[in-house]
Parts: sequence; C-alpha cells; structure tokens
Amino acid sequence: MIAAAQYETHEYDVLIIGAGGAGLRAAIEALAQGARVAVVCKSLLGKAHTVMAEGGLAAAMANVDKADDWGTHFRDTMRGGKFLNNWRMAQIHAQESPDRVRELEQWGALFDRTADGEILQRAFGGHTFKRLCHVGDRTGLEMIRTLQDRGVAMGFDVFMECTVTRLLKDGDRVAGAFAYWRNSGSFVAFRAKAIVVATGGIGKSWRVTSNSWECTGDGMALAYEAGAELLDMEFVQFHPTGMVWPPGVQGILVTEAVRGEGGILRNNKGERFMEKYDPKRLELSTRDVVSRSIYTEVKEGRGSPHGGAFLDISHKPADYVKRKLPSMYHQFKELADVDITKGPMEVGPTCHYVMGGIRVEAETGQSSLPGLFAAGEAAAGLHGANRLGGNSLSDLLVFGRRAGLAAHQFAQTAPLPLIDDAQMEDCARKALTPLERTEGESPYAIHDDLQGVMQNLVGIFRTDQDLRRALEELNKLQERAKKVRAQGSRVFNPGWHLCFDLQSMLTLSEACTRAALARRETRGAHSRLDFPKTDEEWGRKNQGIVKKGDTMTLFEVERAAMPAELQQILSEEKTAD
Amino acid sequence: MAETTATLRVFRGDQHTGRAVDYQVPVTPGMVVLDAIHSIQAHQAPDLAVRWNCKAAKCGSCSAEVNGKPCLMCKTRMDALPLDQPITVFPMKAFPVVKDLVTDVSWNYEVNKKITPFRPRPGVAWKMDQADVDRVQEFRKCIECFLCQNVCHVLREHDKKKEFAGPRFFVRTAALEMHPLDGANRAPLLRGELGIGYCNITKCCTEVCPEEIRITDNAIIPLKERLVDQFYDPLTMIVRKIFGTK
Repeated sequence: MIAAAQYETHEYDVLIIGAGGAGLRAAIEALAQGARVAVVCKSLLGKAHTVMAEGGLAAAMANVDKADDWGTHFRDTMRGGKFLNNWRMAQIHAQESPDRVRELEQWGALFDRTADGEILQRAFGGHTFKRLCHVGDRTGLEMIRTLQDRGVAMGFDVFMECTVTRLLKDGDRVAGAFAYWRNSGSFVAFRAKAIVVATGGIGKSWRVTSNSWECTGDGMALAYEAGAELLDMEFVQFHPTGMVWPPGVQGILVTEAVRGEGGILRNNKGERFMEKYDPKRLELSTRDVVSRSIYTEVKEGRGSPHGGAFLDISHKPADYVKRKLPSMYHQFKELADVDITKGPMEVGPTCHYVMGGIRVEAETGQSSLPGLFAAGEAAAGLHGANRLGGNSLSDLLVFGRRAGLAAHQFAQTAPLPLIDDAQMEDCARKALTPLERTEGESPYAIHDDLQGVMQNLVGIFRTDQDLRRALEELNKLQERAKKVRAQGSRVFNPGWHLCFDLQSMLTLSEACTRAALARRETRGAHSRLDFPKTDEEWGRKNQGIVKKGDTMTLFEVERAAMPAELQQILSEEKTAD
Repeated sequence: MAETTATLRVFRGDQHTGRAVDYQVPVTPGMVVLDAIHSIQAHQAPDLAVRWNCKAAKCGSCSAEVNGKPCLMCKTRMDALPLDQPITVFPMKAFPVVKDLVTDVSWNYEVNKKITPFRPRPGVAWKMDQADVDRVQEFRKCIECFLCQNVCHVLREHDKKKEFAGPRFFVRTAALEMHPLDGANRAPLLRGELGIGYCNITKCCTEVCPEEIRITDNAIIPLKERLVDQFYDPLTMIVRKIFGTK
C-alpha cells in the first residue's frame, strides 16, 4: 500500500508531457497566456528527438521561389498524404507556418540566409517550390534550443528525466499523471486541469529505425489506455535513406537534404533507378515512393554490398558539401569510414515517423477525452497517408501553439480535478512488480524479439498472412511481458524502465498491425502486396482505434466534405520554373 | 575470421562508493563503445545505468570517460582503442555520480538561467547576411554534452561551480553577444557572476568538443577582449567620456 507520504504531488493548470518542439511550443503558449505550466520529459531538457531533425521547416514564405503561397503548400501536403489528411489541419498548417518561422527567428533562431539577407529556403521531396527554412543540416537542434531558451527565459517548471506511466482520471476527465523519476525511482503525482501529450513517435518497435531511445510511443499508449481515440495507425513512414553499415549505425538518418542539395541514387549497376519509378521528380519524389523503389532494387539483386542503394553527392564541390551537410560528412567519416565528398554512401529504408497517433480536433488539438490535448508526431491527421519532409518541424510549431492555447483556455474554466488514491496505489503496485519478481525474462530479450516481429512482418510491404502472424506473435510477446523481471534497485535502472516502455510499444504495435490488416489497399506509406491498388472506397475513410472494455476496437471515420475553395486550390496546378 | 573479444572495465557504483567491474564483450565491425555498453545491459548487467538517446552524436547524452578521455560513447570506435588491455569506461568526473555512468548535470541548467536571454534591438529590421551569422552558427552547433565543462580544470579540479560558468556558457554568451540583432550587454555578467577571468586559456575544452567548436579561440578570447575594452582600456574610457557613448 502506497501511503500519501510516499509520493510527491504537484499541481498545475497545464501539464505537458514531452519536451520536443511541439511540447515546448505548447508550454510557451500556455505560459504566455498566464497558465501555470509544467513540462515533464523522459530525457534531459533539450535532448528530445527533435534534435535529430536535419532537413528544415516547411513554410510558404516565398523567399527564394516568389511564386510560392500557402495554397501550393496545402496542395503539396494533401497530395503527399494521398488525400487522406485532415484538410482543415493541412490548411491551418500551410497558412500559419510562415508566422511561426518568423516568431522563432525573433526568439533568436539563426537560419541560413539568402543573398538579400532573408531566410534561405531549399528544395525537398514533394514540395513544388523551395520551401524549407534551414540551418546547415541541424535545423531540429536550432529549433529545440531556441524554444528551450525561450521557455527557460519565461520561467516554466521542467521535470527532467521523469517518465509518465499512466494518465489519472476523474470520471471521464483526465485529472493528471502518475510518473517516476529516472534517477531515484520514486513516484510523482501530477494534478492538472489540462494535459497536452507531445511525446513523439514509436520507431523503437522496429529493428531498423532512425528514432532515439525515448521514441516508444508512451503518450499515444497513455491516451489509448485512458480511453482516447487513435487514428491512422497503419501509416508508418519508412524514410528511404538510413545508414545500413556498420551494424551499430543501421537505421540512423541520412537527411533528405542530401537529395535536396543534388544527391543521386544509384543501384549496383550504376543506374539512376528513380528514372524508372518517378521520372518527373526522381530523387525528390515522396518518401513512400523512394523507399519502395530502394527496397525493390535490393530485393531484385541490384542492391549495394550491405543491402541498400548508393547515394552519391561527390559530384558537388567538397567545401559545398562540408558547409551544407556538415553533420552528414562527420557521421559517415567517423562512424562508417566513408568520405561523402569522394564517394557514395550506402543507404536503405528505416522506420522514421508515424503519421497516425491520437485523434484530435483540427483547430485545438483536443482529443476525444475532455481536457486531453495532443500535438506533434503524437497527434494524427495533418500528414494523411504519407508525410512530406519539412512538414514535421512546421507541424510542431503550428499545432504545438494551438494545443497550448486550447489547453490554457480549457484550464481557465475547468475545476482542479481530484487525484484518486486507489489509482495511485494501482500504478505504484504495477510499477514495482517487475522488481519484486525473483524469476522471469529480461525485458531486453522481449524488446529484441518485438523489433524482429515488426521489422519482418509489419514493414514496408505487407500481406494478410504476415499481418495475421504478427498479431499472433504480438500476443505471445504480451504474455511474456506480463512476467518480465527487472534486476537491481529502483535507482536509475534502465532494465526496469524498459519494462514500462515495452508496454507502450506492445500496445502500439498491435494498433499498427490491426489497422494495417484492415485497410485492404495500397496508399501512401501503407503498401499491401495482396492489395496493390488504391481503392476509392478506402479513400473516403480513416480508421480509428479505441479501447472498449479490454479490447482494442477498430472503427471507421467518414471523411468530412472539403469546402469548395479548398477543392478549387487542389485542382490548380503551379510549377517551379 | 576469429571473433575478437574486448574487456570493458566499467564503473559500477554511486556518489559514495563503487568499483570497476570487468565485462567481456564480443567485438563486431564498426562497433562503438555505446554498442558494447548495450551488449552488457542486454546480456550481463540489465541495471547498468547509462544515459543515451540518439546514438548518432547529435543529442549529447552519452558523455563519459573512455580510457581516461572525455568523449561521446556513441562516436568512440572500439577499433580506435587498444583491445589487448581493458578499456576503462567511467562517468564524467566533474559531476556527482547518480549511478554507474550517469552523473547529475543539473548544475549546468542552473547556470544557464543566469544568462541574459536574446534581446533584439527595438525596431530592428529582420535581415541578416550569411557572413554576419557564420560565427554565431558555429556556437549554436553545441549539443550540450557538457564534456567541455567536465574537462575544464577550474571545474574539474578546483570545483569552482559557484564562481565560474564554464566553457559551454561562454559559448552561449558569445552566441548571444555576437548575434547581429541582439542589443543586450552581458559584459558585466561575464566579468562578475560568470567569472570569465578564471579561464587561463588552457584549451582543454576545445580539444574535447565533439562538434569541433573552437571554444577558446572563437568564443572565450573575443569575450575577454570585449571585457578589456569595456572595463580596462584607458583610451576607450576617455573616448567614451568625451563622446558620451556606451
């Protein structure tokens, strides 16, 4: 029995779970509106996965291509998403992104410049015009550092290396969160009027991924367990270019910017194979197309020595490459002994991003649970069936701000909810169980097996048979996870922490697999070898997932009709000169 | 090809007590120290405490001391180390140990709060040339790995955490001072609370920076020169008095 004295309690108007771009932007907005805000994050402040984003921020600022406008950005986003996007989110995103970029600059962010002294923008896959505001190949670092500095200057409370394991409820409302400190293992109760989930993606469920240690989908799992709806879970993006060799760096991102700056893909015959798969856009086709192309080339025996494709930018001047892509240069030099100014890199698909997530309302980020909001990768809708590069960093700012604002507005009229001791006790007991077991399996072994199942059975190309087998395997893994054992104490014990992360990963892996099994068509990032065509029927609906009793239940969401003016924009055609 | 095995001698313990424990780890092609640590966690010591995140030298989480040298474990190649003797892997020395390889780096976040944030000059036009932002962009590559803080003798040996902000925060201050549109003056802060005077240009910070930021030459020395201009140069003081400029 956990006595009240055995955990600390903190009360806030708005609790933000996750300190990446979306979480920090939400925190800043809520603070600016006058709310008392706490940010809880699993890693140290400033080290969230946002830090890895390399390409840039998509915004129709028309600094380089004067013909650019929000309508074209909207159209590009909808086309990239194979028209399954939440069109209202796509509209808001395209309209508001330029302001969010200017705001970031006013807070101290320093982008690369044009000859006129404006923010420089570069080309990227699926974008008609040069739209990506960037600084070298470290735009994510620039963004998170700027937001971190701003938040600190405004005075938010940060609970670093503190992991939430459950959302607490007061009836149908969310009331707060149960968490543990990584350092000591002691427990914390957060009591809040509104909660914003901004915990990022789920890549760690796959073996080959670009995602960081912390990307285990905690926030989505928390929301699901609390009764909120998920959406579009079948749409998982495999970025075409991750490193493939040596084994330790398999999956690490090779930014699309390499292709944006002129990099060319070739197979082992020296052919520029994208001419076959997308003759118009070649290397700057959308990620789903390029991933499938590389996968096919390798499958048909034209791959590189370690099972990938060759990406070559050595035809550009060496100091241009070192200036525009410094971290790529270092990454390959130090970790793979390859000098990208002299020869090609070996690259292959890597699990990178999930378009699906918590189902939210477009304007506010409000989930299906009152008081629970979501933004960033953890939220679904903006990107539809496939995300364009550069649209994530802009997503974080646009919808991070809106979620923070809406959370504050909700908190203004909501009473402070009650924290239920029985829920706290249940959380604590479940948390300590793996440590109390004297025998049982290691969480590392279960995680490794999970990664194998998802990598082999729920990858780029899916079949009915593979997906059904995956569900059986996931079921077995869940049984194993129920008896998992953590050795050692509560003090900074990564094995014990993995027991929690494993639960999130298993839940979301099941969600992805079920949704993939149900959608019998190929669209965007979701490819079914047994249903290789796009189906108009399926194009009219998204798939939701919700917990009913103890069962993960799928339901269909009919798409709302797009207003005439947006339809008009979609039918227009603009091209870059 | 015969499989190579390496011995990692890893610190296990906390702030009060601890010892080095040897682990045998099979070496795979291109392996880095962090891979070896993960192998130990998965097969031998599931509670080995280590902080890591991206494994691509971008987040600055996995700082440690390998064979006595402060470095990021994710970019330290095993084949760059002598494998015929134990490889020591110890936590950063300048910070209190939480457990094993994890240290308490919270002091850094406290120091950060002392620095005047970015303050654009009122009415400034938001245009900047690439040439004007180049040197600040170098500073903003910092991934806050705190290796420079860890190695600086003022903090590491003399523990002057109350008086001295450390190289990371001189880089941050330099980035703000040299931002083309910033209007604040952080010279009094540098001289006083941040204690830049304690730096005697030993340059160990520059040696360990994984982003190759020229900390001493490009950040600290120019800041020291500004201080000299503002507080110690009799000629500029006279000029200022005559013309009433800042």
